[in-house]
Amino acid sequence: MSAQTTWTIPEVHSALQARKISARELVGEFYGRIEKRNAELNIYLALSPERAYAQADRVDAAIAAGDALPELAGIPVAVKDVLSTRGIPTTCGSRILEGYKPAYDATAVTLLEHAGAIVLGKTNCDEFAMGSSNENSAYGPVRNPVATDYVPGGSSGGSAAAVAAGLAVASLGTDTGGSIRQPGSFCGVPALNPSYGRVSRYGLIAYASSLDRIGPFAHTVRDTATMMSVIAGRDTRDATSASVPVPDYSVNLDRPLHGLRIGIPDDYFGEGIDPDVRKQVEAGIALLEKLGCRRVSIRMPNTEYAIAAYYIIATAEASSNLARYDGVRYGPRVSGSTLTEMYQKTRGRGFGAEVKRRIVLGTYVLSAGYYDAYYLKGQKVRTLIAKDFREAFEEVDAIVTPTSPVPAFRIAERTASPLQMYLADIYTVTGSLAGVPGISVPSGKTSTGLPVGLQIYGPAFGEDRVLNMAHVFEQAGGSTL
Amino acid sequence: MKISKEDVLKVATLANLELSEAEVDSYRGHLDEILTYIDKLNELDTFGIEPLTQVVAASEDDSALREDVIVRADIIAEVLEGAPDPEAPYFRVPKVIEK
Repeated sequence: MSAQTTWTIPEVHSALQARKISARELVGEFYGRIEKRNAELNIYLALSPERAYAQADRVDAAIAAGDALPELAGIPVAVKDVLSTRGIPTTCGSRILEGYKPAYDATAVTLLEHAGAIVLGKTNCDEFAMGSSNENSAYGPVRNPVATDYVPGGSSGGSAAAVAAGLAVASLGTDTGGSIRQPGSFCGVPALNPSYGRVSRYGLIAYASSLDRIGPFAHTVRDTATMMSVIAGRDTRDATSASVPVPDYSVNLDRPLHGLRIGIPDDYFGEGIDPDVRKQVEAGIALLEKLGCRRVSIRMPNTEYAIAAYYIIATAEASSNLARYDGVRYGPRVSGSTLTEMYQKTRGRGFGAEVKRRIVLGTYVLSAGYYDAYYLKGQKVRTLIAKDFREAFEEVDAIVTPTSPVPAFRIAERTASPLQMYLADIYTVTGSLAGVPGISVPSGKTSTGLPVGLQIYGPAFGEDRVLNMAHVFEQAGGSTL
Repeated sequence: MKISKEDVLKVATLANLELSEAEVDSYRGHLDEILTYIDKLNELDTFGIEPLTQVVAASEDDSALREDVIVRADIIAEVLEGAPDPEAPYFRVPKVIEK
C-alpha cells in the first residue's frame, strides 16, 4: 500500500494496525519522498535513518506481538533544528553550530519517541529561530511547497513545509513571536503555539527564554491535539514548565460551539492588512458565527506597542542566550592570537546577519544607561499587553484574528528592511508576550491560491477550547472557504 | 540620528562580535530605524506599572523548587567530541595568562 501525501495520524495508525503497511516500509516511503523533493524544497537539514529504522522495528515488533498500539506509534515526524537530538546534527540553522551533535534529547522529542513516534530528521529554520521567512537560515531558504517561489514563513518554515509537502505526518516547531503560527498560515496547515510553560523547553536551544515555546504542526487540528497530549506537561528539567494537569486534548474536540463568545479586535483589520487576508478571515469569522459563536467587538489598546516591546525583550534575552557560542565547547572555531580575538572572530563569522543585528540591538538595550529606557520600559509594556488579554478574556471565550497580515511572499521580496519584516509579526507577538495559547488554522486561500490562516487565542492553559474551536471550524469547511 | 557608528562598535565589543566595515554601516542604519520606531513606547505612561519578566509566576508552583541532587550524566566523551580543540577532560583555549 502506498501512502497518501497527506496521511493523518489516525490513517497511519489504522494502516499499521491492519498490517497494510509496516512501520519500516512507512519510514522507507517517507525517506523516498524526501530524497525526491528535498533538493528543491530544502526542508530537511539532517536525516536520522538509523534511529528512525530502529524505532520502526520496535513498533513493528509491538504490532507482531499484538500489543495495543499507542496513537503516535509509527508516526513519522520531523523536528525543528533548534531542538536537541542526541547524536543527530543540531545546527539551529547556523554556521556556528555546524557539525554539533548534542549529547542529550529535548524532552519533547523524548516524549514523542516514548509514545512510538519516529523522528525522520531535523528541519531547516531561520538561524536561531530569528526570522519570519526562513531566509535567515545559513543553509538556504526553505521553499513553500504550496508555491515554490514563495517563502514558507518562519522561523519554523521547515517544520510547516515538511507537513504541507507530505514529507512528515506531523512535526515540532518553536514559537517565540509567531514562529509556529505564521509558517502554519503560509503553508496552509494547522499550527499550535501552546501556553508558555505548557511544554517543557528542556533541550530547546534558547532564543528568548521568557517567550520560547514548542508546539506541533499537522494536517488536521485533531492531529495537533494528539501531539499536544503527548508533549505537554511538567518536567523537572524545566523550572518554568507548569504543573497544570494535562487533559486528553482529543476528547473534547467535537463539542458544539453554541454560545461561545469570540472577541474580534476591530482595529486588527485596519491599515496594513492584505485585502484577500481580510476577506478570508472575515469569512472565517462568519463561519464561526454560523457554528453558533457570538461575535463581540473588543479593544486591545496596547497592541500598537507590542512589536516595539517584543523586539526589545526578545533581542535582550537573545544577546544573553547567544553569549555561549564562543568557539570553546562546540561548533567551528576561528583562531585568534588572544582569547578575546578568538571569540570575536568565531562569533563574527559564525553568526549570520540577522542574528548579529539582534545581538547588537539586544546588547544595546541592556547596556549601561539604556536599561531603564528600553528593557525595563519594554517589560512594563508587556504587563499592559498581558492585561489587554486578561481583560478581554473576562468578556469572551476566545479572540479571533488573522495569523499574519499578509500571505506568503516571494523569496527575496522583503529582505531589504528588517523593520518592515518585524512589523508583520503584529498579530502573533501580542499572544507571545501575554503567554497565551494560539492556533493558526487554514481559512481558505487568496485569489492567487496562497493559504490564509485564522488565529484563535484562548486564555492561558486553555488549549482544550482553542483546539475544540479550530477542529469544529476545520470540520465545517474552514480550510476551503 | 539615535545611534552612531561608534555606538555600534562599542556594542559589538561588549558582545564579542567582529564586524566588518560594511556590517557596521548597515547595522547602524537598521538599528537607527528600529530604535526610532521603539521610541513610540514613550507615548505610553508606564509610571507605577510593574515589569513583567515571566508569565508563569513562581509562587503559583512550589514544585518549581526541587532538591539539589547530583545526577551523573557521564557524557564527557560525547561532549568533547564536538569541541573544536579538546584535550580530555578539558576544552583548550588560547593562552590567557602571560608569564
